[in-house]
Amino acid sequence: MAVRFVSSNIISSLGFSTEENFQNLLQAKIGIQSIDDPLLYPTPFLAACIHQAELEKRWIETNQKEVAASRLEKMLILSITEALSKTKIDISSSRTAILLSTTKGNIDLLNPIESIDPERLLLWKLGEFIGHYYGNPNPVRVISIACISGVLAINTAAMMLKGERYDHIIVVGGDLVTRFVVSGFMSFLSLSETPCKPFDRDRDGLSLGEAAGTLILEKTSFPEKGDILFSGGATANDANHISGPSRTAEGSVIAIQNAMTEAGFAAKDIDHINAHGTATRYNDDMESIAIQRLGLSESPVNSFKGSWGHTLGAAGIIETTALIESMKANTILPTAGFHSPGTTENLIVTKKPLSKPLNTCLKLASGFGGCNAALVLNKM
Amino acid sequence: MTPQITAFCHIKKNQVFLNGKSIFSAGPEVDMREFVKAAFRNTGTKYPKFFKMDDYSKLGFLAAEVLMKEVDVSTIEAKSTGIVLSNNHSTLTTDQLFQESIQSDESFFPSPSVFVYTLPNIMAGEIAIRHHFTGENAFFVSSAFDPDWHTFYINQLFDSKKISACLSGWVEMDDQSLDAFVYFVEKGNDLRNESMLHTVEELNNLYKINDK
Amino acid sequence: MEALIEKLKEQIIKQLNLEDITPADINEEDSLFGEGLGLDSIDALELIVLLEKEYGIRIENPKDGQKIFFSIKTMAEFIQEHQKK
Repeated sequence: MAVRFVSSNIISSLGFSTEENFQNLLQAKIGIQSIDDPLLYPTPFLAACIHQAELEKRWIETNQKEVAASRLEKMLILSITEALSKTKIDISSSRTAILLSTTKGNIDLLNPIESIDPERLLLWKLGEFIGHYYGNPNPVRVISIACISGVLAINTAAMMLKGERYDHIIVVGGDLVTRFVVSGFMSFLSLSETPCKPFDRDRDGLSLGEAAGTLILEKTSFPEKGDILFSGGATANDANHISGPSRTAEGSVIAIQNAMTEAGFAAKDIDHINAHGTATRYNDDMESIAIQRLGLSESPVNSFKGSWGHTLGAAGIIETTALIESMKANTILPTAGFHSPGTTENLIVTKKPLSKPLNTCLKLASGFGGCNAALVLNKM
Repeated sequence: MTPQITAFCHIKKNQVFLNGKSIFSAGPEVDMREFVKAAFRNTGTKYPKFFKMDDYSKLGFLAAEVLMKEVDVSTIEAKSTGIVLSNNHSTLTTDQLFQESIQSDESFFPSPSVFVYTLPNIMAGEIAIRHHFTGENAFFVSSAFDPDWHTFYINQLFDSKKISACLSGWVEMDDQSLDAFVYFVEKGNDLRNESMLHTVEELNNLYKINDK
Repeated sequence: MEALIEKLKEQIIKQLNLEDITPADINEEDSLFGEGLGLDSIDALELIVLLEKEYGIRIENPKDGQKIFFSIKTMAEFIQEHQKK
């Protein structure tokens, strides 16, 4: 039995489909812009936001049921609908389950919006709303574990498919750029004054972004040549500090080791690593240490945060989606914002697209609370 | 072999129960937040950081502290001990507290020490630091404690050998009440006689054991 | 200066939730971080907010924090120097 990825969607500052986003990443386009909106933050700041008029236009076209939805709900539903449209999967089947990855969900509903039930501020109510929209009979599981939510949701989907109950899992994730999140990261002095520069010598903090993404996983006894399979995943905690990454990369090392053990691959098999790469000094140094400690320094590394910004609960899903597309195209994507190396341990960070057979790849994520996640993908 | 529950702790209605027996309580007139602090002092643990945590982390941390005094730590491997928690409200009351600090432009002072606790898994981070647990982490949000999901998820982690033990449970709070049910589950050969199987039925029983 | 130091001690205890510590326990020359009061990086960020909220002083370069927040005394000196009246 294998678990393969059958469809996806990305809605971000760089477009409304996986294909559009992939083409923009290939050109190292940057969705991060200056935002001057006093409702979001008293002074101008940088973030990668979704094109509002286009979002509304697509929503009106899609929302035939004329349901009143919040901005995040529109993004999530548009994302699932587009990913589903490329498959024959029955989302209302009891053999299909939905997993939702988000850190703050409808946090903008702390200031109530007319026609939206304020209870949907609760993450499980948000999940229930999405499930009801599609008439899916199963409870929508909500995973909320800081910035590793998306990767853990994919790992969990694969775990659920190994059981008897489901044939398909729809993993959807999203988070917004809100006053809540911008103010919080500002108070942490974590935001860069320029579009963020992952792994760069001069990196000085992250850029926020908003996105929704969907990945559909399927159980199959007969994987076909070219299929991208989920082959292992794990999480671990640094047990060190609730906001600072570990100086020894302990949690990240354990997560990668366990994911690779489950997948049955060794360091020499890893063709490419898509890192978390937030462009804070400590995160990127920590990842360089984890990669070095595990003998993975020969594998080219990239990060998409310089293009999309840090999209929180969507990050793990849309970044894994881009990695899957890279593997299909045998092309490692560039790291927008990266110019000169400058991490504790040396890494090969891609500046330009790089053609290379990509059979086995690693995706990393880390977050507040000392959590770390890794997953391994393999091409049939 | 099915993993086994070796200890469990309930905290609700101003009472702390360990393995079903009340070990600390306060009258209904005591504010639930003061009760949590008093219950933590009662454990005898000196940990100034506790008082800096938000209400959710305090509750989860307290439950873990009570629980771990009952677990024979010499027999567990902290490196592969996981933490899998869930609740209903994520961190809503802490979110509201942070929102107050940013609501108006006139008094706009976002607090970093409140913001960091607006993620539900921070309590797992605090517990991990205290007990040096570096194993698997997960946090799920659902309408009610879901023994079916907890047993499925955790038993799968044991089967795939990613964990050797796990601190798990439900740590829920809103502005009216709190309800924590945290338990320790292990897989080993020499478990104590009184330990219970990590099954849906057993978890349902244990979760409700102090309702009578 | 004395009054400012006492006020700062109380504000810090309240803002940083330093349970079981009274102003008398804090020596104004002891270091706030590490060995002394044992504050950490999140407390340092919170002190930046405290300066802005209570004294209207903005620290433009967070790197200056190390010197300013070395002790209660260095903080008080900084406030006296920069407070707009």
